[in-house]
Amino acid sequence: MKFPIFLDNMSTTRVDPRVLEEMLPYFSEEFGNAASRNHPYGWKAEQKVDESRSRIARLIHCGPKEIVFTSGGTESCNLAIKGVCEIYREKGDHLIVGTTEHRAVIDVARRMERSGFRVTYLPVDKTGIADLEALKKEITDKTILIALMYGNHEIGTIHPVAEIGKIAKERGVLYFCDAAASQGFVPMDVEAMGIDLLALSAHKIYGPKGIGALYVRKKNPRVRLAPIIDGGGAERGMRSGTLNVPAIVGFGKACELAQAEMETERERLWKLNEKLKKAIESSLDYVHLNGHPTQRLPNILNMSLEFVEGESILMGINDIAVSSGSACTTATLEPSYVLIALGAGVELAHTSIRFSFGRFNTEEEIDFTAKRVIETITRLREMSPLYDMAKEGIDLKNVTWKKE
Amino acid sequence: MAYSDKVLDHFNHPRNLGSFDKSEKNVGTGIVGAPECGDVMKLQIKVENDVIVDARFKTFGCGSAIASSSLATEWMKGKTINEAFQIKNTEIVKELSLPPVKIHCSVLAEDAIKAAVEDYRKKKASVAF
Repeated sequence: MKFPIFLDNMSTTRVDPRVLEEMLPYFSEEFGNAASRNHPYGWKAEQKVDESRSRIARLIHCGPKEIVFTSGGTESCNLAIKGVCEIYREKGDHLIVGTTEHRAVIDVARRMERSGFRVTYLPVDKTGIADLEALKKEITDKTILIALMYGNHEIGTIHPVAEIGKIAKERGVLYFCDAAASQGFVPMDVEAMGIDLLALSAHKIYGPKGIGALYVRKKNPRVRLAPIIDGGGAERGMRSGTLNVPAIVGFGKACELAQAEMETERERLWKLNEKLKKAIESSLDYVHLNGHPTQRLPNILNMSLEFVEGESILMGINDIAVSSGSACTTATLEPSYVLIALGAGVELAHTSIRFSFGRFNTEEEIDFTAKRVIETITRLREMSPLYDMAKEGIDLKNVTWKKE
Repeated sequence: MAYSDKVLDHFNHPRNLGSFDKSEKNVGTGIVGAPECGDVMKLQIKVENDVIVDARFKTFGCGSAIASSSLATEWMKGKTINEAFQIKNTEIVKELSLPPVKIHCSVLAEDAIKAAVEDYRKKKASVAF
């Protein structure tokens, strides 16, 4: 085993050697600009870019011309929301955005609010699933966009995307779905699911960093977007800038592999996921799964291990690379807003740990992890005054705390 | 974030971990923080003739919070309660090389020390009357 064991595949993944191999020539011999129309260097690059476009399109069941390359998931989310807001402002000024969306969506929505749009933040239930009845009620004739992600990046919960798409269609509202955390792990069909805009990212599926895409529907309806980057008019004018050919090649290959291996890999990841969950649950009390028990991505296991603070868990299991929703471990020093949105109290976020599995993880690594987690939690609970109090039967919610 | 060697040492080898019976006359207990803030510290002192002869801690919190309270128990032992009351969070910051985002851990430890001493003083006063 290689240490630290990498169980943080939701943050990023290692580039698959098969992806890297296919990319390499496009840094050297095949260095052409895909926009060069007058010589073989350009033709070859363009041909390979088109092949990648098709590979990506196949993964989500769209046409290759509906793929717009960007610098990654964050840019795709920015382009989708800002692009729609600028073009459709005449039609309406209202957006509906899920409370558990990635920051790349939430922060863009907040910016739109500052420039005069109204945003409704749609609540989720305690498993993280969007409230569709609330969604139906919130749509008005001024609503131009619904932004609800596919699988959640922290808890893995999968929204009922096809139902959301249906509601959006019935009411004539565009549906933007952020799939950066879930593409390639679960089947996706933008046609069947009624998705108008879909954000994708390569580095979550063993492709390179710095490349992503936005699916932009071409018909029924034809979605129009104002670009956020102006220039030579690449990508149907929606995203100027010389195409990052080697990264696009890697992205295409990563999608092809993800699609070819999806069924077997999904089953394997679920097995690792269940194994770790069961091992932890059978050895420790006061543990909770965060997210939906079954409507969830196969590669995420988010648990709260009560009475032990997340950063101290990470410090205790320092030979395993994972992440936590604890305030101390986030860039903002705020506990995870995703876990808070589940409504079970902020303590849940402080004691949370997210394991995210990937193609290169083995069962042996999971066995080691389970053992280390159990040892560490047991040790840290011996240090925890809260665990003592719980054992004495004291309800922590009824205690008056002396806050700082 | 990288942790200082001293924080890691206290985290991996906590000093004076445990509890005293808080109903005992010569035991002072301070519990500060709150679960929703992500840290709760319990510091206890055992006092004889106004001298802290022993100390214990239990902490729910990050590594720096655990290290701050572990260090606090070490520093309190052998001090009079008045001396212990003077321990400053800045001394803890310096000893453990805590980064700015972890200063609140040292503040919490100082608060816990004061709370334990005050609890002892209150107990002593109520026994006297």
